[in-house]
Amino acid sequence: MNEIARTAITIVVLLAALMTVAAGLIWVERRLLAVWQNRYGPNRVGPLGLFQVVADMIKIFTKEDWIAPFSDKKVFIIAPAIVFVAVLSAFAVIPFAPGIAVAELDVGLLFFLAMSSMSAYSVVLAGWASDSKYSLLGALRATAQMLSYEVFMGLSLMGVVILTGSFNLRHIVEAQEGMWFCIPQILGLLIFLGAGIAETHRAPFDLPEAESELIAGFHSEYSGMKFGMFFVGEYLGVTLISAMITTLFFGGWLGPFFPPIVWFVIKTSVFIAFFVLLRASLPRPRYDQLMSFGWKVMLPLSLLNVLVTGAIVLWRST
Amino acid sequence: MEPIIAELQSQFGVEQIVPQAGRDGIPTAWIPRSMILDVLRYLKSVDKPYRMLFDLTAIDERTRRHRRGQPAGDFTVVYHLLSFERNEDIRLKAALEGEEPEVPSATGIWASANWYEREIWDMFGIRFEGHPHLRRILMPRDWKGHPLRKEHPARATEMGPFTMPEEVHDYREKILQFDPEEWGMVRRKGESDLMFLNLGPQHPGTHGPFRIILQLDGEEIVDMVLDIGFHHRAAEKMCERQSWHTFVPYTDRIDYLAGVQNEFSYVQSVELLAGIRVPDRAKVIRILMAELFRIISHLVWYGTFAQDLGAMSPVFYMFNDRERALDIVQAVTGARMHPGWFRIGGVAQDLPQGWDRQFRDFVKYLRPHLDEYDGMVLKNRIFKARTQGIGQYTIDEAIDWGVTGPGLRAAGLEWDFRKQRPYSGYDQFQFDIPTGKNGDCYDRSVIHVEEMRQSLWIIEQCVDNMPEGPYKSTDSGSVPAIKEKTMQDIETLIHHFLGVSWGPVVPPGEAITQVEAPKGCNAYYLISDGNTAAYRARIRTPSFPHLQMIPLFSRGLLVSDLLAILGSIDFVMGDVDR
Repeated sequence: MNEIARTAITIVVLLAALMTVAAGLIWVERRLLAVWQNRYGPNRVGPLGLFQVVADMIKIFTKEDWIAPFSDKKVFIIAPAIVFVAVLSAFAVIPFAPGIAVAELDVGLLFFLAMSSMSAYSVVLAGWASDSKYSLLGALRATAQMLSYEVFMGLSLMGVVILTGSFNLRHIVEAQEGMWFCIPQILGLLIFLGAGIAETHRAPFDLPEAESELIAGFHSEYSGMKFGMFFVGEYLGVTLISAMITTLFFGGWLGPFFPPIVWFVIKTSVFIAFFVLLRASLPRPRYDQLMSFGWKVMLPLSLLNVLVTGAIVLWRST
Repeated sequence: MEPIIAELQSQFGVEQIVPQAGRDGIPTAWIPRSMILDVLRYLKSVDKPYRMLFDLTAIDERTRRHRRGQPAGDFTVVYHLLSFERNEDIRLKAALEGEEPEVPSATGIWASANWYEREIWDMFGIRFEGHPHLRRILMPRDWKGHPLRKEHPARATEMGPFTMPEEVHDYREKILQFDPEEWGMVRRKGESDLMFLNLGPQHPGTHGPFRIILQLDGEEIVDMVLDIGFHHRAAEKMCERQSWHTFVPYTDRIDYLAGVQNEFSYVQSVELLAGIRVPDRAKVIRILMAELFRIISHLVWYGTFAQDLGAMSPVFYMFNDRERALDIVQAVTGARMHPGWFRIGGVAQDLPQGWDRQFRDFVKYLRPHLDEYDGMVLKNRIFKARTQGIGQYTIDEAIDWGVTGPGLRAAGLEWDFRKQRPYSGYDQFQFDIPTGKNGDCYDRSVIHVEEMRQSLWIIEQCVDNMPEGPYKSTDSGSVPAIKEKTMQDIETLIHHFLGVSWGPVVPPGEAITQVEAPKGCNAYYLISDGNTAAYRARIRTPSFPHLQMIPLFSRGLLVSDLLAILGSIDFVMGDVDR
């Protein structure tokens, strides 16, 4: 009973925290971009413009929620919910600190990979159901991009799994007591980072949206809170990938002086800021360039990473 | 008589080729309608050929009074050819009789004649035999009449009130729907259905109301149809009703990013017609402001091009810098983007106190920033991957399609009207003409950026060597007369009064002047009938032929590449549709 109550509280607190973070990220991203782009960003509503988030929320909730009459209505409505649910579920396995996790699965890492793949459905279905040419092109790009980067994402993490000998995320963090995996698994980290950007289709890999080419790509026809779901889903995705990078490569909650949860938050925030910096600094590659980069560079490298890591671990154990 | 006219006469007969004297020194000859194609073909293949169809336009002659020595006719078509080898132009005119005359189409000789001929049909109702798609290009398809004909009304007050009831609205929408068969396009290729994607007229990548209908196989471009005219404001028609003086602000809105660069060609053409000498100080001030506006225009191009390729930040830096430049424009002229500041015979005011410091500070500020942007944009590997080898054309193709400006230099031809045909004293300045090799999107970008550096250098020279003296000519015809004198001197007062109330009278004649505007060659071909307004004003803009060429080097590429190409060409729709 005690155990269930504990989990329930964790879930509620986590949900609340995540929603706040996702909403707050709108403000964070806009302010950070503004800093890097020589301008102010939202600084009028409330202290430092913090209440901009509230204003945005009110706006997006009260906007006309237009469902394109030519669309496949059921799928059109379900699509934005999928990304939301999938990303939130993935957070269930992340150990924020010792003892703070919704579920400690022994296949935690696989669960994360499965859930992040689910969000591809959201984009594909949204583009397909919109029955608009721009959405369709966006969805096609998204399908190819997310399916291929899925492959390297999984492979890039196998090095970490080999070193730990477990798919359990808590074990992975604990295995980093001596040295964070970002050093032995630097290649894995870089590949995971690239795949993570592609997976969340953030700039510069935002080809499914590609605002200067496809207007808004897969969500061209969405408005109101349905668009908001995609929007928040994207921020949750960024938070998820940042949290995963922290967990898998930067020792999760490990660190001196501060309590574990603080370390986790600090590390994750740094990676979120890094995502924003990437968006501010890079142009967007072409669709076929992104694909050939994936299959010709990322795939061989991730295979090499698995091979070398495996070989070293075997050699040490004999 | 010019040698080329004599050569034509010996080739085609003395009676057939009738020379006409012009004020601009461009050899001009009347040729019979039946010989148009022969003469054009001859000039295109003659030794040191006239390889570029620089302009093709028409004149409604029916109400013109001063036509002594010119063959009779109701309409005239004018072919303006340019020879790079000779650094010389030739203007050919053919007189046409009747209300809806016909002319043989020149599309077989220059593919670029296509849009020009459609424009003439649209504006004058002159038909071109053998044209592949003779249909309206600037006006809506259901427009009644041809706007540049003299009987067509020029003011809203000459027509009934405008209404658009629902049926008309729906009808207008319907006629805009694309029908592939009408353009000889197929809907299927082998096993796959082709997709027709309507890009624009409202699209973030088209830089204005420009519509492209893409025929796509997956994301690969099979073919495309361009649809322009959404920005058409009939500037040429307006010039026929504004006085010579009051048309100046209208020119700003043609290439609306380049401000005084538009005025430059216009006032020079008028000055040529009226025989006004411009004082040195005014000339240098004009160059100073024109180069500043070249930088302003290029900065917009730089930022938006980077944004087209998905880079989010550069546009903010470049617009920031542009804002500094616009502050200077504001200090000098009082306005920002559209100063309307050049005057017939000079400029509106003298430079304000402390102008030199502002310009010096700007030059000092922008130079290191341009270097910084190189690292951010031009040297970025993704940027290179997106632009190198994309949208390539050769010098020959560029010339054949009428490309001028950075696009021509990117293909490798060292041609700049400021150097080759110096105007307003550009021959007194030192600057280089950057050229590329590949004629791709990347080379076009590099040249744009390098041109900004050259412009900064020219600005420096202007600041260091600004001559003393009046900022406006005292010749009669220069408008408005210098204000300070009007209260002392009855002659000037009368000139001022007439120039402002009625407008200056420009003696009959024809003249064109070519200006190296940021986007290419800008030229105002003005015809005066001895009146207070132009009888006919032809505005030859660079972007019009540049857009026409897009399908040539876009086929087989991806949609993303098309956006890179559109960005690299550097056009604005005001400059295309006028």
